Amino acid sequence: MGERLRPYRVLVGSRMRSQTTYRRSFVSDLLGSVAIGLMEFAEVYVVFANVDVLGDLDFAAAALVFALANVGFSMADLLVGHADNLPVYLREGTLDAFLLRPLPVLAQLITSDVSLRRLGRVAVSVVILAVALPLNDIEWTAAKVALIALTPLTATAVFAGLFVCAAAVQFWLVEGSEFTSAFTYGGAYASGYPASIFSLPMRLLFTFVVPAAFTAYLPVLVLLDLPGPPGTPHWLGWCAPLAAVAVWAVALLGWRAGLRHYTGTGS
Amino acid sequence: MTEPIIQVRDLRREFVVRTPAGRLRRTRTVVAAVDGLSFDLAEGAAVGYIGANGAGKSTTIKMLTGILVPTAGTVRTCGLDPVRQRRELARQIGVVFGQRSQLWWDLPLAESFRALAAIHRLPEASWPVRRDELVDRLDLGEFLATPVRQLSLGQRIRGEIAAALLHSPRLLILDEPTIGLDVLSKERLRVFLAEQRALHGTTLLLTTHDMDDVQRLTDRVLVVDHGRLVYDGTLPGLTTQVGAERVMVVDLVEPVPDLGTVDGARRVAVESDGLRHRFAFTPERTTAGAILEAVGRRGQVRDLAIEEPDIEDVVRRLYLAQIRGDDPAAAP
Repeated sequence: MGERLRPYRVLVGSRMRSQTTYRRSFVSDLLGSVAIGLMEFAEVYVVFANVDVLGDLDFAAAALVFALANVGFSMADLLVGHADNLPVYLREGTLDAFLLRPLPVLAQLITSDVSLRRLGRVAVSVVILAVALPLNDIEWTAAKVALIALTPLTATAVFAGLFVCAAAVQFWLVEGSEFTSAFTYGGAYASGYPASIFSLPMRLLFTFVVPAAFTAYLPVLVLLDLPGPPGTPHWLGWCAPLAAVAVWAVALLGWRAGLRHYTGTGS
Repeated sequence: MTEPIIQVRDLRREFVVRTPAGRLRRTRTVVAAVDGLSFDLAEGAAVGYIGANGAGKSTTIKMLTGILVPTAGTVRTCGLDPVRQRRELARQIGVVFGQRSQLWWDLPLAESFRALAAIHRLPEASWPVRRDELVDRLDLGEFLATPVRQLSLGQRIRGEIAAALLHSPRLLILDEPTIGLDVLSKERLRVFLAEQRALHGTTLLLTTHDMDDVQRLTDRVLVVDHGRLVYDGTLPGLTTQVGAERVMVVDLVEPVPDLGTVDGARRVAVESDGLRHRFAFTPERTTAGAILEAVGRRGQVRDLAIEEPDIEDVVRRLYLAQIRGDDPAAAP
């Protein structure tokens, strides 16, 4: 296994070194990423400074939703976010270079970069999570401990899968990154809020099409033993891994079809 | 040795070109970039694949390497199906696109080589030996630690070629490797490639616009035009077939404004008030020696050079000859 992964380790390692070479610009990028995380949280804070309860969640619960969603999203952004560079790679022939190397193209795309500056936002999210957890009145059980440990991982997987889906679509759209960003970044934004504040169509979109609600809101309902809006069975909160698997299945099929379209069988 | 390293049969690749027609409608035209190509390449051969811009050279290379799927026909490279066995093939071939970099822009070459060694899973004990050989032969030592984006074109191309050869491929495919290089860099590259071929028996497929590349590096020429193979043979055979003219440039010691006519040669130009004369000729009609002798009788020759016909010219003549052959009515 270790030997199988050696190429990727070396690739990612070289990306990391090249990013940290210019220390000052790296630090400023890092601080920028921290600032973005803080700004987004400030938005939630401002909302709850005006209302006590939103979508049946109080501030502590909403902060927990925000933190879980953001840990997942910022981790996915760090690991796979650069997949939206695909149009540039297509234009500059980088993808052809990938095709000439004896590794899977998607694995090369994912390891072609790792945006360490996005660690800033990961850190902000983790701090908010650490603060929000004790603020909530959770009756801890072994299952709930497992759920809170699992949720950031599944959230990362869901968002990473969404990034790959978005990248796959670029094979057809070429200049359509604005369109796909609506689903990746839009999904990330939606996941940071209690899904109950959205109208039904939006809620369905961000639950079953873009499974953003699984990344934080639904697990939080389970953690806090809250009923959620009508038509939201409790067990849905446990289904995040299924959502992640579903997103990745679509992502991998889409990627394969996209690559085939690029090399010409699909067109 | 029995199986050809490249086997192409009735290869065809179409592209759909959409052009706007009116406000919303678009017309859809199918263009064949490669149109019924067949050829074999024996292991160890050195072949020049030439043709004008847009003749289908790069499209062919993309199909040989698994980047593009043929619309029809078959390709076997190193005995493999390039698209379905892409990763296996990638271990056996090295490809350089002169105008597109395969290196990492922000990494120094030393780091790129390390990454490529890992990608190809080269044994830790042996690949540095190969790297050192390439660094030495391509003279990369001075800029090994410089990020690729800061290298000059010549330095970068040398780096690209080293990168393509690091895993000791059986087949090296070079797409316009000398484009934009100065004379000295071109020369060094040619010497290196000839040496690698002699040393490792690497098969070489080269597309180029530079006749000198073809002459110096290859023993067989394939000419492609409008996606079809229009010539397959040696370079001298090609120039004979199309009657492409070589040009002899003669510099005289004393200016002679009018040298008169030379049998079998065509006077192209008189320059510098008669100090320099140009004669075009084909090998069937006269020889360089005969022209030199004729000129020598009328003036003292100080220096001479022979310019070979350029590829665009050869291909154009080949094309015209074909039109004439296939359809007499179209003859100019």
